[in-house]
Amino acid sequence: MSAPLQQHDRKTSEVWKCLASVTDPELDEAVTELGFVEQVTVDDNDGVDIVFRLPTYWCSANFAFLMADDMRKAVSALPWVREARPRLREHMVAEQINRGVREGKPFGEALREFAPGGSLDELREKFQRKAFERRQEFMILALRGVGYEDPAICRMDLRTFDQVDFHAEEVARQKVRYLQILAERDLAALPGDRAFVTYEGRPIRPHEMASHLQRLRGVRINMEFNSALCRGLLAARDGEPDADRAAGTSRGGCGGCGSGCAGQPVASPSVIAEKHSIVPS
Amino acid sequence: MFITPTGEEVFVVDGHTHFWDGSPANQLNIHGKQFIDCFYAYHSSLSPKEQLWPKDQFEKYSAEQMYRDLFVDGPDDMAIVQSTYLTEFYKNGFNTIDRNAEMAKKYKDRFIVNGAFDPRDGEKALEYIHYMKETFGIKGVKLYTAEWKGDSRGWKLTDPNAYRCFELCAKLGITNIHVHKGPTIIPLDKDAFDVHDVDHAATDFQGLNFIIEHCGLPRLDDFCWIAVQETNVYGGLAVALPFIHGRPRYFAEVISELLFWVGEDKLLFGSDYAIWTPRWLVEKFWNFELPEDLKQEHGVDLTPQAKKKILGLNAARLYGVDVEAQKAKLAKTPHVIAAG
Repeated sequence: MSAPLQQHDRKTSEVWKCLASVTDPELDEAVTELGFVEQVTVDDNDGVDIVFRLPTYWCSANFAFLMADDMRKAVSALPWVREARPRLREHMVAEQINRGVREGKPFGEALREFAPGGSLDELREKFQRKAFERRQEFMILALRGVGYEDPAICRMDLRTFDQVDFHAEEVARQKVRYLQILAERDLAALPGDRAFVTYEGRPIRPHEMASHLQRLRGVRINMEFNSALCRGLLAARDGEPDADRAAGTSRGGCGGCGSGCAGQPVASPSVIAEKHSIVPS
Repeated sequence: MFITPTGEEVFVVDGHTHFWDGSPANQLNIHGKQFIDCFYAYHSSLSPKEQLWPKDQFEKYSAEQMYRDLFVDGPDDMAIVQSTYLTEFYKNGFNTIDRNAEMAKKYKDRFIVNGAFDPRDGEKALEYIHYMKETFGIKGVKLYTAEWKGDSRGWKLTDPNAYRCFELCAKLGITNIHVHKGPTIIPLDKDAFDVHDVDHAATDFQGLNFIIEHCGLPRLDDFCWIAVQETNVYGGLAVALPFIHGRPRYFAEVISELLFWVGEDKLLFGSDYAIWTPRWLVEKFWNFELPEDLKQEHGVDLTPQAKKKILGLNAARLYGVDVEAQKAKLAKTPHVIAAG
């Protein structure tokens, strides 16, 4: 393989890696893992075209805009990229979204009819909270699963949490994501900080744990519903035979459904397998 | 009639069915095509493989086929057929009350035909409610709060025009208000499916029942919260139930939440025909048992009695169906077509 070609491949793969940091705000899962991104092309002038498609023609315009905008920002941040051009296809307002994102317009301007008050920032904030809560539920259940009692979880500091070995790859991956969001939200940074606080930064008392978890479960049930539907609808749209039906795994592997199943001591292995299968099958 | 493995008879009212025409000949534009395509994607992604339909059959099916799928091959005793207009997408509408009533009159005692209205039509909406009551004797309506109309991207149950419609419904005895609060399927602003407006409308119209189709998913927690506060709020299981096949554990979690917050007296079975057919749904639902951990955690159970209520008794109560009398009536009428 010639050197320019190798470099071209390297750039393309850098873009893919970069896109893996962009999440569907509603699902808190990477757009690449969800199978939304169809194609990445790097041209001779270091312009990058990203073609993506959502599960349906009707998918929410504001989420579509958020994702396109996030893709543009993330890819533009690569030092060699001259221009990042996300292109949504087969969507009811694809044209407006593509134009709006390309011209760097705010959402309310690009799609006036879809912004009935309230900014996209508020929406982002709302979904940040959900992402936090879903990741937290996963970790609390995982800790319970390896034998931690609620009082110990409530007072656990970052140092201790960091040292817990869950002996499961998926849990380890989720742990990183939870730590990430704790840091991003400035909820815990120092080794002595509590690892489990509310989104407002308030400690959780042991007697509050049951009701706290009940609420987090509600958040997860809603997100899982979206996630299952989205993946199923996308697979149906792609006209693929649903891979899960045969294989019993989602197409991205067990990709952080965040359901906390690995932490549930009561779940039998078959239940765990079922819970990890994200696409309805 | 559903006969359990132990030979027990269970009366089934399918709370959510459609008789649509989404065929290319009826499509007015790309939106019409994409709408039925999206339904078909729901069908393909959540049905068991052996239940999949070819696309053209899904786009438009005959009255005979619907009858057979629901009542001959299927376990339904009665079905509520909902009306959805979408006249901006389909030349003759998607499934208007006229089309539904025409189909229903061939099959005596089987269908309850529900109407629909759009409060943004103002006076015309009120006139239309009168028309539906006088012509078809409706007892219920199905409402889409997220439908586009001109520049509008949806409406709320609390809009003054909607309140005028509800006042009229209450006066005319149209007591069952089915509201689509679920996943996004038509061009809409997601917020138009927000469930909070149900809270106010249900408080202000105690004489009406609000059946929230799809239980507000993916806003289940909001829906549960409202249903706890309001005695006249019910949950329709369409779309939630098919998860019983591909993701039984997830379905168990959803139904546990619903049993805990909403209760077995206020949940209604619905196949969402023709997105799904009722036979496999009812069979799987009857055989379904809550996992022990969820039973303990929520202190609820999905008993045979609860299943009977959900499958038919609750809807029968809302629509004033005398179950024993209805069973006797249906027993006397042989099926009008041979089983396929």
